[in-house]
Amino acid sequence: MDLKKQLRIATRNCGFIDPECIEDYIGVRGYEALATAITAGTPADVIDVMKKSGLRGRGGGGFPTGTKWGFAAANTADQKYVVMNADEGDPGAFMDRAVLEGDPHSTVEAMAICGYAIGASIGVVYIRAEYPLAIKRLVKAIDDARASGLLGKNILGSGFDFDIELKYGAGAFVCGEETGLIRSMEGQRGEPYTKPPFPANSGYWGKPTIVNNVETFANIPAIMVKGSDWFSSIGTEKSKGTKVFALAGKIVNVGLIEVPMGITLGEIIFEIGGGCPDGKKFKAVQTGGPSGGALTFKDVDVPIDYDNLIAKGSMMGSGGMVVMDEDNCMVDVAKFFLDFTMDETCGKCTPCRIGSKRLYELLEKITLGNGVPADLDKLKMLATTIKDTALCGLGQTMPNPVLSTMATFADEYRAHIYDKKCPSGVCANLLEIVIVPEKCIGCTLCARVCPVNCIAGKVKEVHVIDQAACIKCGACIDKCKFEAIVKQ
Amino acid sequence: MPKITSIAELKKIQGEIKAKKAAAAKDKIVVNVSLATCSIASGGKTVLAAMKDEAAKQGINNVEFMMSGCMTYCHSEPTVAVALPGKDAVLFGNLDEAGARLLVEKYLKNGEVVGKVIPINYTRVEL
Ligand SMILES: Cc1cc2nc3c(=O)[nH]c(=O)nc-3n(C[C@H](O)[C@H](O)[C@H](O)COP(=O)(O)O)c2cc1C
Ligand code: SF4
Ligand code: SF4
Ligand code: SF4
Repeated sequence: MDLKKQLRIATRNCGFIDPECIEDYIGVRGYEALATAITAGTPADVIDVMKKSGLRGRGGGGFPTGTKWGFAAANTADQKYVVMNADEGDPGAFMDRAVLEGDPHSTVEAMAICGYAIGASIGVVYIRAEYPLAIKRLVKAIDDARASGLLGKNILGSGFDFDIELKYGAGAFVCGEETGLIRSMEGQRGEPYTKPPFPANSGYWGKPTIVNNVETFANIPAIMVKGSDWFSSIGTEKSKGTKVFALAGKIVNVGLIEVPMGITLGEIIFEIGGGCPDGKKFKAVQTGGPSGGALTFKDVDVPIDYDNLIAKGSMMGSGGMVVMDEDNCMVDVAKFFLDFTMDETCGKCTPCRIGSKRLYELLEKITLGNGVPADLDKLKMLATTIKDTALCGLGQTMPNPVLSTMATFADEYRAHIYDKKCPSGVCANLLEIVIVPEKCIGCTLCARVCPVNCIAGKVKEVHVIDQAACIKCGACIDKCKFEAIVKQ
Repeated sequence: MPKITSIAELKKIQGEIKAKKAAAAKDKIVVNVSLATCSIASGGKTVLAAMKDEAAKQGINNVEFMMSGCMTYCHSEPTVAVALPGKDAVLFGNLDEAGARLLVEKYLKNGEVVGKVIPINYTRVEL
């Protein structure tokens, strides 16, 4: 097993330097990229390096960063803005928090580099208030950089001014979408609006605004110091560099990983992640969180990059990777994500506001065992309509978990609807908890633990569960020492 | 730190910090405790305090304690990297108060490895 499958660029300093000490950052060539850019180069040079590096946005969309900066730079305006998107609302994702808590200065430096490239003097960080430690360290980093003359007026005598302020989000998924984020920063409701105009042309207060993700920024000082050729030599043809993932769920080595683009799913799950715990069989992994889809055990040889994930009906997303084993029901998983997006829709447009609820209800009906064959067509039709008609990325991607699980686990949907069975033993209504007569020795333990007293039987005689009364809590299964009670 | 006014000054300070770090790595035991939100939640601060206290008790005074952010091993928090003078850091995981004290007594004092050692599974890009 090759232990060195990971390559750390964006997280290069996390765990190695003291994030609250600017000297530590300067000691690892911190602020050198900014200093060089503003004293010895031109904004066009910076944009050129960014374009050639092939860096694409790590916040989900994967838009080429240099190209985006080029748009904002080409605009003439009295004021432009650089915004760092630290909203990180994807459930299970914590890459951006780790970067901000472990290496805040790299993002501060990168925001200033962006400001120089596009001609902006103000940077704004939009960060969720639920990240108090990240906020504390980021604020300290900004204050220390200012005190050291690395932010503020006339930085290093270059004539370039740049400073950064923070705006706190209340933790709404939709406020991570860049137009919703801009509205929220302006003090309005966090409701997205239609693009164009794109923020690079007209964003915060109607001015050209670059919105980039935390991880995108964290890569930039490294690219500026080591050069675009170095960066573009890593990864696949169209996806350069690395991606940070938060590996969670049914996986042995839960944690943060940073891997070169093009690594296969199998390498991530089995070699880095150590496979599923307790010898269970790997079933699927949800990438892209509530906006993504499931890759399955059939996809272990797929090289992970932006385009391959989209081709598989998922997406890179911001980097959540939730691993599922044979005990996870995929209809239930789709329902879980829909439950999340149903709560998080801003409600501005009908397909998303009402469509999410109807999608959820259909999934719930199926998991309760009330599904009929026509529901599958309804699900598909509704999901596709929402995808095509919702206003923003939240609504447009919300049906992905449904469509993707329907495509790859059609047999599970059919089992719920036609056979009224949940093959993974998750959906309570489709289960029976039964005592296997051959194994039961009549110890009475189960009957004593059953909260609804639905297990009958005398000492040393085979016990029986009254199916009509059983609430499927599973307490008896855990109690039986003879493995005589099974779900089926 | 005084205000830096030119790139030359920045490079000079960078050189000084690098030299200071290199000297510390050569002569001192460097104990680096991960203190991100999740490491703190799983007891990182207790581990740091216990190690400081135990080092004092054991009379080990060539130790430099530092804190850092996420070390990426959620599965083994709290984690501590210990570099003995002139040696590469070894990463210890799943520490608690007792484990932290034992680590000082055994590894810091005698170089004797105890507890859970986490294999380093990445290549780190250094600028
Ligand atoms: C529903 C939704 C939520 C999003 N949440 C985030 C987020 O938390 N962080 C983020 O950086 N981008 C998020 N994005 C993507 C942003 O709209 C935007 O594309 C991104 O911040 C641009 O930065 P990048 O090019 O560096 O990725 C979200 C998009 C959608 C549709
Ligand atoms: S798609 Fe959903 S989140 Fe986006 S604007 Fe419409 S209702 Fe709001
Ligand atoms: S606990 Fe198991 S062996 Fe004992 S009575 Fe119940 S089913 Fe039978
Ligand atoms: S699953 Fe719960 S309710 Fe059903 S028989 Fe067992 S203990 Fe009783």
